[in-house]
Amino acid sequence: MSAVIDILISASFWAAVIRIASPLILATMGELICERAGVLNLGIEGIMVIGAFAGWMAVYQGMPLWGGVAVAMAAGMLFGLLHSTLTVPFGLSQHVVGLGVTLLATSSASFAYRLMLPEVTSPPKIVPFQPVKVPGLADLPWLGDALSQTALTWAAFAVAGVVAFILYRTPLGLAVRAVGENPAAVEAQGLSVTGLRMGAVIVGSGLMAVGGAFLTLSAFSSFFFEMVNGRGWICIALVVFGAWKPGKAVLGAILFAAFDALQIRLQQTPLGAALPYQLFLALPFILSILALILMSRRAEVPAALMLPYNKGER
Amino acid sequence: MRLEPIANPSALRRLGLPALALVATMAVAMALALVAGANPLAVLGQIAKGALGSKLAVLETLNRATPLIFTGLAVAVAFRAKLWNIGAEAQLYAGAILAVVLGTGVLGSPWVLPVSALAAMLAGAALLLGPVLLKTRLGVDEVVTTLLLNFIMLLFVSYLLEGPMKDPMGMGWPKSTPLIAEARLPRIVDGLRLHWGFALAIIAAVLVWVIQTRTALGFEIRAVGQNPEAARFAGMPVNAVLVKTALLSGGLAALAGWSEVAGLKGHLSSDLSPGFGYTGIIVAMLALLHPLGVILTAIFVAGIFVGSDAMSRAAGVPTYIADMLMATALLFMVLAILLTQVRVVRG
Repeated sequence: MSAVIDILISASFWAAVIRIASPLILATMGELICERAGVLNLGIEGIMVIGAFAGWMAVYQGMPLWGGVAVAMAAGMLFGLLHSTLTVPFGLSQHVVGLGVTLLATSSASFAYRLMLPEVTSPPKIVPFQPVKVPGLADLPWLGDALSQTALTWAAFAVAGVVAFILYRTPLGLAVRAVGENPAAVEAQGLSVTGLRMGAVIVGSGLMAVGGAFLTLSAFSSFFFEMVNGRGWICIALVVFGAWKPGKAVLGAILFAAFDALQIRLQQTPLGAALPYQLFLALPFILSILALILMSRRAEVPAALMLPYNKGER
Repeated sequence: MRLEPIANPSALRRLGLPALALVATMAVAMALALVAGANPLAVLGQIAKGALGSKLAVLETLNRATPLIFTGLAVAVAFRAKLWNIGAEAQLYAGAILAVVLGTGVLGSPWVLPVSALAAMLAGAALLLGPVLLKTRLGVDEVVTTLLLNFIMLLFVSYLLEGPMKDPMGMGWPKSTPLIAEARLPRIVDGLRLHWGFALAIIAAVLVWVIQTRTALGFEIRAVGQNPEAARFAGMPVNAVLVKTALLSGGLAALAGWSEVAGLKGHLSSDLSPGFGYTGIIVAMLALLHPLGVILTAIFVAGIFVGSDAMSRAAGVPTYIADMLMATALLFMVLAILLTQVRVVRG
């Protein structure tokens, strides 16, 4: 037990928590925007993969790190355009299209990787984002270490703030939320349901891809095929856990990251040595399922989630 | 734009549009070949030759199709009831685990094969039962829970292979102890590398087709899938139908893993399935969720994968082209099917 407390009060633990939470926050915000507009985006897992790949490849080809972020975002938006074209004006099954987009994005990344690097056995490394020294903050005793984070992490938290502000404090945000609750009313206001929903999915997909790019450009310095490893599905659970609200979703991501950081450290303790390591690795997925069950009764699902809207009907 | 239902779609529309979807997928294949610097027509030819060009190639394709028929059926049965079972991958491994548990000496001939098949089906069914009860009782979306279970199951398999099931003669490779000879599915014809799993998959497809078209359960599954509210209003036990569907679907997916272990590999390893559970979704959608159609689309999809492997070695186009083509075919096909029923009008 004291081992756990030692972990919990260490600055390096909280630095890891914030680091692990960052890609989850970015992708969860992306999914949240889509779902608030009424579209479930199961393309998230594949879009994170393509973001991780595209951002890394752009930097490997000589672009600056922020250029890599922009390329990742553009790639994500492209798949968002594909997803939203099929699910919004055509109203196709969001389940089937989402899984199709995930398969297409994932295989596109693998295909492009093999095409561009046919001979390599281990992927080349890039120089990733380095922790920024925030003046005044970096010198604080404990906090300075815990908040020693890269610019992309700071950006992730800023994005969450911007998403919350736009959703709740601007007319655009009101329209996006309304289109996920009652599209017919939005149409009656003279706004385009199709435009709002497609826009939300495209922007949301861009954020998911940046979440993926965080893995290659900030957390690790290479691209691996399996590196996203279910994070996209976990983000979908985080949206539910956060009751479709940005602030709660960020808290959920941090809580989740804390468990993840804790399990990695527990593996090194005598308790961890006694248990199979796969149990620790499965913990994030088990927690996600538990979170879904816990929140199921209180969930405030957008009323029009997964319901396509066709002008002139009903 | 707006979608308007078509009262009586013409035969040309109903058959032409899905055909167009396949042609469009071929066009994408050729474009990808060009991107990879290869001759597009040669690449298509090499895929076809790799899949069907020799007796060995055909048998390899049919072997690869076997698990895909099972997972395709699992998905087709579930999706028909709008039960989104994305967990066929985990259910497949549940079946594979049971094949090893019961096939390594606990049971002998003649019981081992039927008992392990039945136990595998029960394990797969049990694995899907949880997410379905969460859906019917608490309204938890089964897509996410079944997806998350796939990851948990793969870790569980990894634990089994490094722990209780580890082959002591495995030279450190993470694989299970091999099955005893009586627990192996024999070949259909002596000398031909095609096991009875393929024949069982076809029988399963026919049985599913009979269930769907000739039984009350089949009727209920369709009614629940088309309109659960109306089905409930008509007095149908919607939740009970969903549970029965889940048991059937999970059981079928488990047979994929069982037949891979008992028919092909003879042991369990963590690379038993290169995503057969997920590919089953494509197989089922391309077959328009028709159980007999699943046989054909599974062979088609298996052929693309087997052919692409061979083409990749010869032409240097990455083998991942197969996954890209399958995803493309899926998206084109759902769009084509929609457009057989509605037309796009301005306004």
